[in-house]
Amino acid sequence: MSADIGLWGVPLAILAGAIRVSIPFLFVALGECLTERSGRINLGLEGTLVFGAMAGYAISYETGNPFVGVAGAALAGSLFGLFHGWICKFRGVNDIAMGIAMMLLGLGLAFYFGKGYIQPVAPDLPAIPLGNWSDIPQIRAALQINILFFVGAGLALAMWWMFRQTRVGLVIRVVGDSADAARAMGMNIDRVRLLATAAGGALTGVGGAYLSLAYPGSWNEGISSGQGLMAVALVIFARWSPIACFWAALLFGGAGALGPALQSVGVSDGYYLFYAAPYVLTLALLILTSSPERALRGAPGELSITK
Amino acid sequence: MADQALHGRRLPVRAAALETLLPRIEAVAIPAIGLIGGFAIFAVFLLSQGKSPVEFATLVWKAGYSSAFSLQNTFSRVAPLLFAALCVALPARLGLVVIGGEGAIVLGGLGAGVAGVALAGLPSVMGFAGMVIAAMGLAGLWMGLVGVMRVKRGVNETIASLLMAYIAIALFNHFVETVFRDPASLNKPSTAPLPDGLRVGDMPVITTHWGLIVGICACIACWVLIERTKLGFAARLAGDSARAAKVQGLPVDRLIIGFMALGGALAGLAGLFEVAAVHGSANASLIAGYGYTGILVSFLARHNPLAIIPVAILLGGIEASSGLIQRRMDLPDATNLVLQGMIFVAILFSETLTGRLKLLQPGTWGRT
Amino acid sequence: MTNRKTLSRRSFLNQSAAGIGALALGGTAQQAFAATPLTVGFIYVGPRDDFGYNQAHAEGAAAVAAMEGVTVIEEENVPETQDVQNTMQSMIQFDGATLLFPTSFGYFNPHILEVAPNYPDLRFQHCGGLWNSAEHPSNVGSYFGYIGMGQYLNGIAAGHATQSKKIGFVAAKPIPQVLNNINSFLLGARAVDPEIVCQVIFTGEWSLAVKEAEATNALADQGCDVITCHVDGPKVVVETAAGRGAYVCGYHADQSALAPDLYLTGAEWNWAGVYQNMIETVQAGGSIDNFVRGGLADGFIKMSPLGPAVSDAARNQFEAVKAEIMQGGFAAIKGPLNDNEGNVIATASQSFPEDDVALESMDYLVEGVIGSTGA
Repeated sequence: MSADIGLWGVPLAILAGAIRVSIPFLFVALGECLTERSGRINLGLEGTLVFGAMAGYAISYETGNPFVGVAGAALAGSLFGLFHGWICKFRGVNDIAMGIAMMLLGLGLAFYFGKGYIQPVAPDLPAIPLGNWSDIPQIRAALQINILFFVGAGLALAMWWMFRQTRVGLVIRVVGDSADAARAMGMNIDRVRLLATAAGGALTGVGGAYLSLAYPGSWNEGISSGQGLMAVALVIFARWSPIACFWAALLFGGAGALGPALQSVGVSDGYYLFYAAPYVLTLALLILTSSPERALRGAPGELSITK
Repeated sequence: MADQALHGRRLPVRAAALETLLPRIEAVAIPAIGLIGGFAIFAVFLLSQGKSPVEFATLVWKAGYSSAFSLQNTFSRVAPLLFAALCVALPARLGLVVIGGEGAIVLGGLGAGVAGVALAGLPSVMGFAGMVIAAMGLAGLWMGLVGVMRVKRGVNETIASLLMAYIAIALFNHFVETVFRDPASLNKPSTAPLPDGLRVGDMPVITTHWGLIVGICACIACWVLIERTKLGFAARLAGDSARAAKVQGLPVDRLIIGFMALGGALAGLAGLFEVAAVHGSANASLIAGYGYTGILVSFLARHNPLAIIPVAILLGGIEASSGLIQRRMDLPDATNLVLQGMIFVAILFSETLTGRLKLLQPGTWGRT
Repeated sequence: MTNRKTLSRRSFLNQSAAGIGALALGGTAQQAFAATPLTVGFIYVGPRDDFGYNQAHAEGAAAVAAMEGVTVIEEENVPETQDVQNTMQSMIQFDGATLLFPTSFGYFNPHILEVAPNYPDLRFQHCGGLWNSAEHPSNVGSYFGYIGMGQYLNGIAAGHATQSKKIGFVAAKPIPQVLNNINSFLLGARAVDPEIVCQVIFTGEWSLAVKEAEATNALADQGCDVITCHVDGPKVVVETAAGRGAYVCGYHADQSALAPDLYLTGAEWNWAGVYQNMIETVQAGGSIDNFVRGGLADGFIKMSPLGPAVSDAARNQFEAVKAEIMQGGFAAIKGPLNDNEGNVIATASQSFPEDDVALESMDYLVEGVIGSTGA
């Protein structure tokens, strides 16, 4: 039922892993990209992600329909986003700190309400078999690509187009780059940021639903290993470009697949160090691409994290 | 006429007193309002779950503060929180948000565990000094590196510190399970046990290890550093506006690296005490999330090192009662996290009241 | 199957008041236990419904709770830090617990050893530790089961099911308990076909969902068509392996519901009977032995019912070996045997039966396991 593909398993596992593992990063990064482009930073997406994972799983289990679960996760995520967006408009409320607080609250609520859903098995999101042309089962398995991957890739493109070509994109960019200019143009800054943060939360919720409904595909308290926080780093080195977010997420996912893949071909010494590869890679890229002299290229001018 | 003259002379004195006093009252009153608000929201949450907030409060009091045993339970949790919070509070004075203190804690623990075993032959005092140097040095270097990245390459310290924490934990696990592993640590890979002379014991009266007192002293020292020294003044200036501070010729870059490194070194002490007073060797139990709770403590204390002490005691008490609440009220352990999150949000939100509470504005009380 | 009768063979029970020898060993104050209702505290390192290690203990606790005159108190997600010391004391101080089951390995040293001497009249029962009278307090006991035998039986089912002659193991950390399971799994499979190899992947953590899923996928990519694991909660491994069409052998608890068609069998803990017996001993005024071990025959472990994919040939060999293990003294590790670096583990005349304490400090992977014991 399977062919011996030996060392070819490593690149294949990295490719397949990149696709499988990257999807939550992709959705969170796109959501954060949108929020940050409007001039706010939401560090609380880790909490939103985990809550989305719980909500998606619970709803999928209760309704028997994973797509309803995804929609529910998106709704839950948008509520977290709305709250963050609303509360940060008050003078003196720091968006970074509030994000950390929301992360804690999101995790707490997810674990609190998720207790009863650790045991049940909820229906999973379907994957599209794109590898049927191949006789090699490993390639078939690698190309069992979840539907959300295509949704995410499409969203990245759509968002890129939106920022470049549409009035909505322009409004978000102006609000994010200069509050004064936006005010002069009569834009409602708070509302734009509120909506951008809510949309970012919704996307993050979908990323969470992917964790619990697709891969690894079950709900427990250790379901996320910091994807929500890492995605914020990905946005920075993706330079706030949705297309670059897509590649950054893939790169990060592939690096994460490296450790298990190497062990599967017998390279097992120092696996903790291989497992740290995604973090080392991200940090190295951040160091290489940052600059102390000028504000980051592509950075929204209003963003507190780059000031 | 005479009356008036008297009045005229008195008023400024009273106003001046009010002007120094009122902001201080405000600085306490506003977080207090936030804290009460957070508890109130949590009470509503409990009611919505069909549980009694009164019972909850009673249990927190009972398990956290009511008896010698309860207080010991609370205080035994405080020490690592103090150090972890300082690792957030010191850089915060420069406007930096550091969330990777966990990495400094585990590296501090590793340094202390390895140095203690290596220096077992020396007199205890020297051996312990070596442990302190190793723990603070390694952890300080690690966080200092984050500062260097910030200064030299403009890498955001929030993200960098988090990535560095993940890397530190990987290195910690790797070294504990390979080169420094005690072959006798069978099912729980650990470094070799510290010699008895290098273990930290309990204090008299409250049976909690000495890390608590050292932590409290560290908080006081940091308060003095920030509020009463030139260095601290410079840091606060740089925190308000790095550009303005640079124009005035302040060494902002060195301040950033220095404060980051100092915060990291203090977090390293948390690791040292965990190893020397609790675990007896460095192992994966050290990765317990103190670094993340420290973020909460520091923010709730508004990054004031003195305020960190009561906040840590408050959180320690809530955590101490978590078990009893699980058992008596049939609430999941995550209830604690929900409460922490609500308090955190409410306290941050309360900052918007700054300057808006009429009673606390000097103008309310007369001409200034 | 809990068979309480067979337990007497191990005689870890001393129901009779004449169990003076045990009294000397246990050294606990009997009066504290007798007559008054007994409060028993269970402490778990993770969630108690994790389909794995903690659930197995929680099922045991539930069986205890059903007994007369016993109150069970529980706490989950208690880390192996100062927290567990405080939890134990809190259960003692506030709930009057007199018998505690802190179930995670890491609770033993230093935490139980720190707390127990302060409460000489109470009893601390720890799962997995190696208690010895020279070093450890007399009111502490350790118990564990020879679950490696269960993995050996898993291996027999796997050996019949595998087509690729390559089976896989997702492991947390290279520690003796885990290494023993990996070796037993392969040796069981090799009892079917000596050509079979076993690929192991370490995740480095006891509970880390994404990494466990990736490890399972990497094993499937390398052609492993039967997969088992030793992590705290096997749910993710079982579901992912089944998703790749690989057969699954369970661990810790029964996971057959997660992969009904592909689940072959599983090595499960069977704490219910063990705990009930310990409680009965205490209720009868007796004392639990400080060092308790037991296997399949003693009802410490059990096997999940064989799944639909198990062939008749496999079933026959499985039952035959199981019967042999039920006799006691079965040795999975027996000579001639080398480790996977070529060092001799056992000469032709040597064997290590299940109750050999040397197995509890295992530091090698046997020939045929692909992987290394270093981190």
